[in-house]
Amino acid sequence: MTFQPTDQGFYGEYGGAFVPEMLHANVEELRQNYLKFSETEEFKKEFQSLLKDYVGRPTPLYFAKRLTEKYGSKIYLKREDLCHTGAHKVNNTIGQILLAEKLGKKRIIAETGAGQHGVATATVCALKGLQCIVYMGEHDIKRQAPNVSRMKMLGAEVRPALSGSKTLKDATNEAIRDWINNPNDTFYIIGSVVGPHPYPDMVARFQSVISEEIKWQLQEHEGRENPDMVIACVGGGSNAAGAFYHFMEDERVKLVAAEAAGLGVDSGKSAATSLLGTNGILHGSRTLLMQTADGQVIEPYSVSAGLDYPGIGPLHAHLITSGRAKSYPITDDEALESVLEVSRLEGIIPALETAHAFSVLNKIEHHKDQVIVVNLSGRGDKDLNTYIEHFNF
Amino acid sequence: MTIAAYIKQNKPILNVYFTAGYPELGDTGRTVLALQREGVQMIEVGMPYSDPMADGETIQNSSAHAIKNGMTIELLFSQLSEIKSEVNIPLVFMGYLNQWMQFGKEKFLIEAKKAGIGALIIPDLPLDVYETEYKELVEKHGLSMSFLITPNTSNERIKKAAKLSSAFLYVVSQSSITGTSAGVSMEQLAYFKRINDLSLEIPRLIGFGISDAESFNQACQYADGAIIGSAFIKALQRDNLEPSISTFIKSILETSR
Repeated sequence: MTFQPTDQGFYGEYGGAFVPEMLHANVEELRQNYLKFSETEEFKKEFQSLLKDYVGRPTPLYFAKRLTEKYGSKIYLKREDLCHTGAHKVNNTIGQILLAEKLGKKRIIAETGAGQHGVATATVCALKGLQCIVYMGEHDIKRQAPNVSRMKMLGAEVRPALSGSKTLKDATNEAIRDWINNPNDTFYIIGSVVGPHPYPDMVARFQSVISEEIKWQLQEHEGRENPDMVIACVGGGSNAAGAFYHFMEDERVKLVAAEAAGLGVDSGKSAATSLLGTNGILHGSRTLLMQTADGQVIEPYSVSAGLDYPGIGPLHAHLITSGRAKSYPITDDEALESVLEVSRLEGIIPALETAHAFSVLNKIEHHKDQVIVVNLSGRGDKDLNTYIEHFNF
Repeated sequence: MTIAAYIKQNKPILNVYFTAGYPELGDTGRTVLALQREGVQMIEVGMPYSDPMADGETIQNSSAHAIKNGMTIELLFSQLSEIKSEVNIPLVFMGYLNQWMQFGKEKFLIEAKKAGIGALIIPDLPLDVYETEYKELVEKHGLSMSFLITPNTSNERIKKAAKLSSAFLYVVSQSSITGTSAGVSMEQLAYFKRINDLSLEIPRLIGFGISDAESFNQACQYADGAIIGSAFIKALQRDNLEPSISTFIKSILETSR
């Protein structure tokens, strides 16, 4: 089975570019150019040099001794939290800002949930001296205040999205609307493997550096390139796409997606899209989507601002429905427990999103020869307010 | 008579968009009949959607309101069926592809036709997907389509959209979301002229940014008519629905004729 998209961006029945005509020219321009530019030696050289010297790659693949002792499998952590700006998001924004430059765009827009993608976009815009506007749900602006301040420090303008549940989906709607209104000079840096083709493929490729590094790093540690299992959290799914990318074709590597169950899958306050979703269209892509029988999008819920998205990237919809990847719903409480566990066992405070991936360790079978890589997608500094409140520090 | 022929015969066409189930759930039929009474030649019935990508704030808000009121596609079709015998101008359905998919690809067409809808505008349905997955069914059930073009649409693509449109070609007056500006600029005039020069057979209606008699009249010089949406939604008064519709439509038509 192949997990590469067709020329029109379809992964099986998912994907495509369902955009209004107002966006057709922009999306088509990108479709025709993203590989043309990103596959040149010049582009690769600049991309890799920024990843190395600016982002701080390669990020370590760390053998987590105490987690290993607790669970019984050999557990490695891919330390994306050590990337500049504190999460994997910057891998993608570096790639896209280089592409924006090649296309001669002067104005950059982005959506953000937890604010990590917003910060990563504001960062590369500062680096390149480009104007930056970040759309963020009003509700997320409140719960991720430190990241809002960071974006402002970096010179970005943060515009609140006031519709719907005032979270990631609504921020994405506003960003798309901005792009429609400014089709000529603006580049839309999408933060996840969602949106119309070529975004899911483009973002997955820029993030694929994660699994590329895991391969040679695991070779050094274990004498083999492939782990038995890779675990990553999935909202839209960009860190998971990057961590899965070079293992997708090898069926021996189990791919595990941790989804935000919120207060519980059946509670009505959840974002476990692969379980609650049905085939639909969201933000220009055919995918699994939480919706009513009448096709209205259901407002998702999760304590984590980066995971409460009502859809899932089309690649993940394909991986999960085809049985190649398995998803686990993780509740708010389970994720918060994992935050404390990883902090106390490994001295690493993970982001709330990332904590969902760690919670999977409680739901699977372990044995001593099983090598598991958990993608530690981001650090928890931005979530300190939530942690302080929850743990009564 | 086909909608295309109707437009040619009755031009200039004033096509008014409204959101079904707004301001009140039961206002759909009242609004259609009031618009018809005031002399509007065509009505675009907007099925409210939670994530209306191609619409501006005004329509997004009226849509959210209508969904809260309890609007569904099934209810819309039944509301339109109730007044069907009184309606003698074309009704066009405007909604998003996801709604059509969930209602049922073929069932949607059957029910729409029964409710008196003559054509569909589905802004996020790409031309090539329509051609391969939908065209045959739409034609089988005797419905027409209208596709959008914008100033950034190439001539080649305009021709394709024109060929696939059987009701009218929806000429987006600017690369912009509904309801964000008023008036017609020089740039837009150049764009309208570019389309005119293609000598397309299909009638054309200009939409987006048409808000008053002046912009309506200007648009009519370059097309077979124009579509007013956001400005109409803004003019609606909940407790004074019919009079507010009458006042607004008169302000467009009386200065035009």
